[in-house]
Amino acid sequence: MFAVNKLHHSYGGLSVLDIDAWQAAQGEHWLVLGPSGSGKTTLLHALAGILRPASGHVQLAGQDLAQLAPGQLDRFRGRNIGIVLQRLHLLPSLTVAQNLALAQYLAGLPQDPFRVREVLASLDLTDKAGVFPHALSHGQAQRAAIARAVVNKPRVLLADEPTSNLDDVRCAQALDLLIDQAQACGATLVIATHDQRIKARVLHQFELGAAA
Amino acid sequence: MNLATLTFSYLRARALHTALHVALLALGIGTVTLLLLATTQFDQRMRRDAEGIDLVVGAKGSPMQIILSAIYHLDVPTGNIAYTQAQAIAAHRAVKKTIPLALGDSYQGFRIVGTVHDYVAHYAAKVGAGRLWEKPLEAVLGAEVAARTGYAVGAKFAGAHGLGDGGDAHEGAEYVVTGVLATSGTVLDRLVLTSVESVWAVHAQHQGMHDIADAAARMKDEEKEFTALLVQYASPLAAAILPRYINNNSDMQAASPASETARLFSIIGVGVDVLRGFALVLVFSAGLSVFIALYGALNERRYDLAIMRTLGATPGRLMMLMLAEGIMLAGAGGVLGLALGHGFAEAVGLALRSAKQGEMSGLIWLPEEFLLLAMALAVGAIAALLPAWRAYRTDIARTLARG
Repeated sequence: MFAVNKLHHSYGGLSVLDIDAWQAAQGEHWLVLGPSGSGKTTLLHALAGILRPASGHVQLAGQDLAQLAPGQLDRFRGRNIGIVLQRLHLLPSLTVAQNLALAQYLAGLPQDPFRVREVLASLDLTDKAGVFPHALSHGQAQRAAIARAVVNKPRVLLADEPTSNLDDVRCAQALDLLIDQAQACGATLVIATHDQRIKARVLHQFELGAAA
Repeated sequence: MNLATLTFSYLRARALHTALHVALLALGIGTVTLLLLATTQFDQRMRRDAEGIDLVVGAKGSPMQIILSAIYHLDVPTGNIAYTQAQAIAAHRAVKKTIPLALGDSYQGFRIVGTVHDYVAHYAAKVGAGRLWEKPLEAVLGAEVAARTGYAVGAKFAGAHGLGDGGDAHEGAEYVVTGVLATSGTVLDRLVLTSVESVWAVHAQHQGMHDIADAAARMKDEEKEFTALLVQYASPLAAAILPRYINNNSDMQAASPASETARLFSIIGVGVDVLRGFALVLVFSAGLSVFIALYGALNERRYDLAIMRTLGATPGRLMMLMLAEGIMLAGAGGVLGLALGHGFAEAVGLALRSAKQGEMSGLIWLPEEFLLLAMALAVGAIAALLPAWRAYRTDIARTLARG
């Protein structure tokens, strides 16, 4: 599904990411492991095309991200990549259902209320569709953020530290949801984490060392 | 979900701020609109009432007062002029046409004007019902007078001495209404018209004469008086000689409507300019408050903006979002302001009508108002420009890495 080749990035002369090669097939589930500051978030951003790496290539769904013009890259990201951030960042002025509709709108896809309802139902959020984010519990907000990430049926689902600050039960639940939703749309799942608790649950693991 | 609903959701989330911006802008635009409507209509009416009148001759006094009393019927006259002297001016070769006016009485605050049929023809007014006056003590009502008094053809009334309310009624000298003028949008709407002879007769009776039917016929020319004479020049050259001839060789005063109304406009214009300046300050501060609000909101919304980028929004889309917010605020303020301005103008118009001080309507649309709306939208767009540019430049990776 994606392949990373000789990826390198630095901030202000400080190297933050250095990867020789890594690839994942369609539908595989991966953990990106490493201590804080090892470049997990930077790698995720590079995979998502949020950040253009200083050198190297990211191939995703047969597309070299470096070849895309900025506007094309945004559109490509919206349609092919779902992202769940550690802090969930639902738009506070929109309801849960509107947050999902926003993902369809910004990706330039037709707005499909049926799909929105379907995703919300699969995450047990049907009765929260018209609720604003400030009225959700953390668990509900996380499910809403996952729903927003998968509403466009992405090829790749990225999650950044989805289980930090969660107790063991909720940690397992969050992981279940991500795996279920990735499977439901056949997406390749990549979870960046330093949480040792979820190591046993995911088959493929990619270890980042401390910053070079 | 689209740009408009997304923008609207942000405006709704900060409803109080939104209301403040819209109100500030609406007050500014509303004031400018009111001034525009008022000055345009005032100007139009002043010009229409004075159209075709080159000179007004009255008794010695303030030229402005002569114009206000004889053309607009707003002020009291300066006095009377002798019939024989007026006849001499009418016969002057520089004069094409004269219309005499004899004032002095009123009915329920509406002036009774003794004049000739030419006065009606001058304003191209049409007789709506009945006919013009022929004999003494026949009167024709202006459209507004008829509407206010409810009088129709055949009604009888007695004029009151003096031009305001509350003068002594001229008992025994009742006018009979022979016609009602159609609305002409001129000063005629507010007047009661009759023959000069009627006015003379009523005042002859006031001085003890009893049989007034042919009073005018029995008066000597030396006893007859007009209040003012409206003069139309035979040629542009007359403007150079006639006013000076009258002012130097008679005890009458010549007043030029053009220069007196220009003087009036320049006096009123200062007040209008001050008000307009104040309104523009309001519009400017509305723009400033929109700018500060959007710029401040950028920090609060930096994650929203970053998230929208991760969901596929281009930087251009974020820029449009900020611009749309400024323009939507400005559009709401502009439309509300125009509505306010028209509402105020109509309210002032109603007050003026009930005070018989003239006409103003809030129910007209001037082409300049499109400019006002464009100005409001431009203020919104300009206020949003810098915040929009900042949104365009947001570095999403850095923003997200921080939080």
